[in-house]
Amino acid sequence: MGSVRQQPFRAAVLVLVWGWLLFLVFTPNLLVVGASVMTRDPGSFISLPLNLDAYRQLLNPLYLDVFLHSLYMAAMTTLICLLIGYPFAWALSKVPKQRQVLLIFLLIVPFWTNSLVRTYALKLLLATNGLLNNALMSLGLIEEPLKMLYTEGAVIVGLVYLLLPFMILPLYAVFDDLREDYLRASHDLGAGRLSTFIHVIVPLTLPGVLAGVMLVLLPAMGLFFVPDILGGSRNLLVGNVIKNQFLDTRNWPFGAAASIVLTLAMAFLMFAHRLSKRRIGEDGV
Amino acid sequence: MKQTLLSLSNLTKQFDGKKVLDSLDLEIFDGEFITLLGPSGCGKTTLLRMMAGFEHPDEGSITLGGQDLTHTPPEHRPLNTVFQNYALFPHMSVFDNVAYGLKMEKRPKEEIQQRVEEALAMVQLEDFARRKPHQLSGGQQQRVAIARAVVKRPKMLLLDEPLSALDFKLRRTMQVELKRLQRELGITFVFVTHDQEEALSMSDRVVVLKDGHIQQLGTPREVYERPANLFTARFVGETNFFPGRVDAANGDDTITVDVFGLKRTFRKPDFPVTEGQGLHVLLRPEDIRVLAPEDEDGVAGKVVERNYKGSTLDSVIHLSDGTEVLASEFFDEDDPTFDYRLGEPVKVSWVDGWEWLLPEEHTDITEEEPIDG
Repeated sequence: MGSVRQQPFRAAVLVLVWGWLLFLVFTPNLLVVGASVMTRDPGSFISLPLNLDAYRQLLNPLYLDVFLHSLYMAAMTTLICLLIGYPFAWALSKVPKQRQVLLIFLLIVPFWTNSLVRTYALKLLLATNGLLNNALMSLGLIEEPLKMLYTEGAVIVGLVYLLLPFMILPLYAVFDDLREDYLRASHDLGAGRLSTFIHVIVPLTLPGVLAGVMLVLLPAMGLFFVPDILGGSRNLLVGNVIKNQFLDTRNWPFGAAASIVLTLAMAFLMFAHRLSKRRIGEDGV
Repeated sequence: MKQTLLSLSNLTKQFDGKKVLDSLDLEIFDGEFITLLGPSGCGKTTLLRMMAGFEHPDEGSITLGGQDLTHTPPEHRPLNTVFQNYALFPHMSVFDNVAYGLKMEKRPKEEIQQRVEEALAMVQLEDFARRKPHQLSGGQQQRVAIARAVVKRPKMLLLDEPLSALDFKLRRTMQVELKRLQRELGITFVFVTHDQEEALSMSDRVVVLKDGHIQQLGTPREVYERPANLFTARFVGETNFFPGRVDAANGDDTITVDVFGLKRTFRKPDFPVTEGQGLHVLLRPEDIRVLAPEDEDGVAGKVVERNYKGSTLDSVIHLSDGTEVLASEFFDEDDPTFDYRLGEPVKVSWVDGWEWLLPEEHTDITEEEPIDG
């Protein structure tokens, strides 16, 4: 290893990366943890003494309801993403390689537009006199406009629309790695299509499913602007609760505690994901 | 009496307009060890996959014991495959891998337990049942793949280059072991390889394939000693091709052939010969005799390469017209100093009767065939 003088570039990169992690990842998280155990203060937001009141408040049935409803909407979003993404990724891995590149490119193109802008575009589509209702009415399929905007359904549609690529990409990666020989071996040993799917394809693509769930479920609980724009007042996400605590209600300890619970849920899912990968021997072969 | 187990008739298959198999016929006998041998792209793997049911022929039919299998899906064929890279299910233990086929048959638990244990004992892996495939060495994975395929007691075992991923020593061990298994189980083995030594040492019969056609079908001995054409001669073992010209067809079933100016008398070949016709005289390196330069018999040349091989001394000799001759001689116990210097002048001859004659072909015999790895 050369000294800093011999490898200035290496040193600069290391300082940058560690500095970044320390100041922009580690410190803010530590501040959140700190805030969550402090007392609410109208003047300076937080103050001593330390206590666990914020966590106790999380058990309040009102917030539990919000959390469960939020979990329900995120779970529905994840399920729909999985139901669309799984066959999509499977089919994607089957098309000729050159076409795959094009299709993945098309999948990524929407990311170039700000998601807030895209959510407003959805609002225009779903509005009472929006494109979808007008189209359905001029086709004579419906007599009067359907109420689509400001419903639970609209929030879930918005979340699916924004998060679907995050489900498809990890699933595509595992399907792309799935060797044809495993499927051949399964058939060769007497398994039909359904048995092969259950006993071979599902277990071997499980790491991708968990990665996709991780990338969809937790952001789905946090994307507060989607219910803000599409959901009306009754379809809140945990993300809205957290945002409101910081910006409207000014209850920082509570907001911090809620976001820590969310982070721990994420950590749990990542742990499950690692376990599933180790099961099929992808770690450290 | 040999009984036909699997019969392939008129099999034709095209991929992207290229014929991989061209109206191929083959009968496989019950209980034999038959090897499909050929360079990459010769159609041997496609042929095996058709037997397994992973590919379907464009034309032709496959019957097993009189029953048409041509369009039967693989899960309903009484055959099992050992894959080139084993294709062991990575998420299942060794036991579950071997039990998979029996579970699909919905066998009772006790029977599965017993048969899997038997199969693992047969490949000496009883103690590894709980391991995952990635915790095993290549050779052990290979054994699991074999156990998994034979536990279902198939009528036929299809092996797709199963030893190609193993190192040389392990390969020899597995060759012996596979032969032993085949004898003990009495199952027909169809073995695909591009390694001619493996094919010769293991098989009852060898099918030499090239461009989707069978070049020769015979015992290893027939294929090695009496190759049907230049391709087989060149692909199976090393061969010296000497150009010959028929000098005279004698009455007593012999012909006189001019080879490098030497007049040699050979047994008349199976194909018709006329005076003045060109021939290939095939001599294996071990048929060559290297003589002293003052010997009156033989063709003059000089040693350009010598390789000590332990039991033999292999040398390359350049004849004066530029022809390269490979010679492989056993060491003589009575002559411990037996060796050549590079550049040493010698004469090359052979034992009459050990040669094999082939008619001239219009293909260039020095063209290298790609051999896959």
